[in-house]
Amino acid sequence: MISDIIAIIRDYWLLLLIGQYPNGPLGGLAATLLLSVLAIAFAFPVSIALALARLSKSPFLNWPVTALVYFTRGVPLLMLILWGYFLVPLVTGANVPSFLTMLVTLVVYQGAFLSEVVRGGIVALGHGQMEAARALGHSYLGAMRFVILPQALYNVIPSIISVFVATIKDTTLGYVINVPDLTFAASQINNQLLTQPFQVFFILAAVYYVICWSLSRVAVLTERRITRKRAGTAPQPTAKSLKLAALTDQPS
Amino acid sequence: MSSFDLSEILGNPEYVSMLLLGIKMTFIVAIGSWVLAMTLALLLLGLRYAPGPVGNAFVTAYVSYHRNVPTLVQLLLWYFGIFTLMPDPVTFWLNDHNAEAIFAVIALGLCQAAYFSEDLRSGMRAVSPGQMEAARALGHSYVSAMRFVMVPQGSRNALPALINHSVSLFKNSSLAVAIGVAELTYAVKEIENLSFRTFESYLLVTVLYLVFSLMIMALGAYTARRADPVRSGRA
Repeated sequence: MISDIIAIIRDYWLLLLIGQYPNGPLGGLAATLLLSVLAIAFAFPVSIALALARLSKSPFLNWPVTALVYFTRGVPLLMLILWGYFLVPLVTGANVPSFLTMLVTLVVYQGAFLSEVVRGGIVALGHGQMEAARALGHSYLGAMRFVILPQALYNVIPSIISVFVATIKDTTLGYVINVPDLTFAASQINNQLLTQPFQVFFILAAVYYVICWSLSRVAVLTERRITRKRAGTAPQPTAKSLKLAALTDQPS
Repeated sequence: MSSFDLSEILGNPEYVSMLLLGIKMTFIVAIGSWVLAMTLALLLLGLRYAPGPVGNAFVTAYVSYHRNVPTLVQLLLWYFGIFTLMPDPVTFWLNDHNAEAIFAVIALGLCQAAYFSEDLRSGMRAVSPGQMEAARALGHSYVSAMRFVMVPQGSRNALPALINHSVSLFKNSSLAVAIGVAELTYAVKEIENLSFRTFESYLLVTVLYLVFSLMIMALGAYTARRADPVRSGRA
């Protein structure tokens, strides 16, 4: 069994890593990670806008966004992907690669989830920060930009990492619309071998486990660090460490 | 594409029966895996609290695996991988008894058990240790203190998280389409293929999913209110 697994990795590691590239679209693990990174990168600004809209007192901003968030959370992601599968080509009027469809769907889906994380971070800060910033003469947007968001986003970094892990796991659903990601590469290998499905899918599970577990650890460690820092028990910069930091030109 | 018209789907008995069969299968998979997940979660919780490091290490590994491997990959591993390793009589029996649905229930149930057990554990952790000390001081044994004091409070604390994960379990049942279970997502693809009413079929099924999810949330909120001794008027 173990020798089978090693043989499959030896024969197919390049396919698992980058898919058919450069003879076809970028695939495999590279596509999975690229898709996740792009999805989070685009979902992040979307989520801040959605969170601010949900916190706004204007019903024109508040209600549609609240409806969108409830809708997104109440419907399976697979259903949204199928919507994207026929809606995105309809809107753009062109033949859209499944990678792009998946990206758009993930941005909407994770944007909605992330917006609740961001909103939680802002609500958790308490009114005092906003009131103090406004009293100092900041406009609403200025206070958000310079006072509220830097603190709120810093505090929710662990949750943002968790959403990132969830995004990596969600990219597997692209399997249904043939996104050439890691899961797709594994099923291709399975179709070629036919006799060793357990070994192939075991490798797939193991790769996902290693990536997601490592990232979850990063989230846990970051959370501890932030808790310590907020409790004031994190090591404070001393004159010596500051001098060292200045010398090595590293942010302390 | 002609204008929006739901009647073509809802007026056709063939499509309606496909839809109803899909709903039935979605509920079979969702309820089956929910029961399996809850049973396993309680066992895992028991193992967590068992003396000695072995149970704890096992549960940690179990939870870690199921939380860090995508649910779809777990489904594929069970259906395409583990299924083929089983002895022939078992394989034949399973093939005669809707193997796809059975493996969907197993994979989703095992996966969700990890989340449920963590929810229950966090609920138990939120009960102050003073409660246990007070119960023991009043003469309760460890087991009866757990039974009458700790678990009732802990499970009540865990309710919101359990409701959340019950909704995601229901939504995850749509993944079963990847191994060919004829549930609701499968039904919409079939109806769309036959009727060419893409927008209408997706809209119909999306609304169904939304309504069922909201119903689970409402049921959960009702349970939470019933379980609250103050708001249910029992205290």
